[in-house]
Amino acid sequence: MPERTIPNTTPGKLIAVEGLDGSGKSTQVYLLKRWLELSGYKVFFTEWNSSEIVRSATRRGKKQNLLTPTTFSLIHCTDFADRYERNILPMLKAGFIVLADRYKFTALARDSVRGCPQAWVEQLYSFAFQPDITFYFSLPLRTALDRILVGRPALKYHEAGMDLGLSPDPVESFKIFQGRIHKAYEALARRHRFTRIDSDRPVEAIQEEVRAILRDRIDLAQYKVAVPRGWRV
Amino acid sequence: MNRPRTFYGKGIPGVATGDLKGKLVVLEGPDGSGRTTQIGFLTEWLERRGHAVEHVGLKRSTLVADELAEAKQGNVLSPRTLSLFYATDFADQLEHRIIPALRAGFIVLADRYIYTLMVRDIVRGADLAWLQSVYSIALVPDLVMYLRVAPQKLMERYIYRGRELDYWESGMDIGYSRSWYDSFIRYQSELHRTFNKLQTIYGFATINGMRVPRAITRDLQTRIEAVISPDG
Repeated sequence: MPERTIPNTTPGKLIAVEGLDGSGKSTQVYLLKRWLELSGYKVFFTEWNSSEIVRSATRRGKKQNLLTPTTFSLIHCTDFADRYERNILPMLKAGFIVLADRYKFTALARDSVRGCPQAWVEQLYSFAFQPDITFYFSLPLRTALDRILVGRPALKYHEAGMDLGLSPDPVESFKIFQGRIHKAYEALARRHRFTRIDSDRPVEAIQEEVRAILRDRIDLAQYKVAVPRGWRV
Repeated sequence: MNRPRTFYGKGIPGVATGDLKGKLVVLEGPDGSGRTTQIGFLTEWLERRGHAVEHVGLKRSTLVADELAEAKQGNVLSPRTLSLFYATDFADQLEHRIIPALRAGFIVLADRYIYTLMVRDIVRGADLAWLQSVYSIALVPDLVMYLRVAPQKLMERYIYRGRELDYWESGMDIGYSRSWYDSFIRYQSELHRTFNKLQTIYGFATINGMRVPRAITRDLQTRIEAVISPDG
């Protein structure tokens, strides 16, 4: 397996959260962010959402049925690279704790489910640092599906994996698609040494564990907000 | 002898190469090297002989050509983002134009291919191994010809035709020099040096582009003939 990954060599720390839709990861990373902010640490939050350029191209792609697994993968990597080089990397260089709600593993899981060769996608994203910690919010597939399908019945085309032709019914398609994503995540969790968090528990209990891991693995004192030398008033 | 068609790497998921009967002919070379003129001549020549011709090039995909043009206008993307954007544009044309045309037995004339994209990125500091992996989706062409023209000559042609130097073709984004002339010469020389380096990996034919157009056309035709009618 060609494993070309680069560790984070900046003064900052990169914390990624990954997991299925409905795993509660966004709630947890939000609470983590609030805790760090309120405790006076330099923290920067970034989430996986597409830029206007990608949105306009995927809109056209969908309308004309143009997107293939390869172009889907490349266009999202383009978007990720933009966000990575514009937001994530500068903030890491500036010595921030960067919290990423979904990181490259989201793409690795999704693209391999769509049939792109695993090694190709891994190499495609190899320019992006491995996170210092990757929290993987893990819970039974059934539970994740229930949470999503109860709360949000209108599934988007790609979100439901409709392009894979798994089922003409969006909900059925979503279920099969998420099942495959789940498998892909499990494989990634082993290969990339994710920190697995049992997400089938009360919010508070999970948050407590996440904070404890962060305190344990990162010397937080280094990340206290300070006024640069020469700029104190 | 027809060699079997292959991808540089694992290729495109779900695409078999066995039935791609057509021929993929690539013309590489800087702006001002006469590429467009030659492609016009070659198309006429091929069509007169009864071959169906499909054209592809850079920034011509239905998927992202507009967005790419817009992004280049503002010069706000990092080199890696721009590089991936071009890769998306290439992949779209590969899947929706090149492969279907080859399957239908066309001769596909590519006005530049992955090599220009790679060379531009390498000059801007990209890693060759990374680029090779990205473009492992590409089909190996039947013939790649690189029109070589000295940078000074390119500059003369630009000025002679009353064209303005292009920001990107002059490598102004790299910051070699604030002088457009110096930057252009330096950038084009770097591109040429890198093309030579790739030549040793990919083995394309280097064509002297500093001759009269008709002489170049005859040269190109001879090489294309050897590919499309290998028996004689």
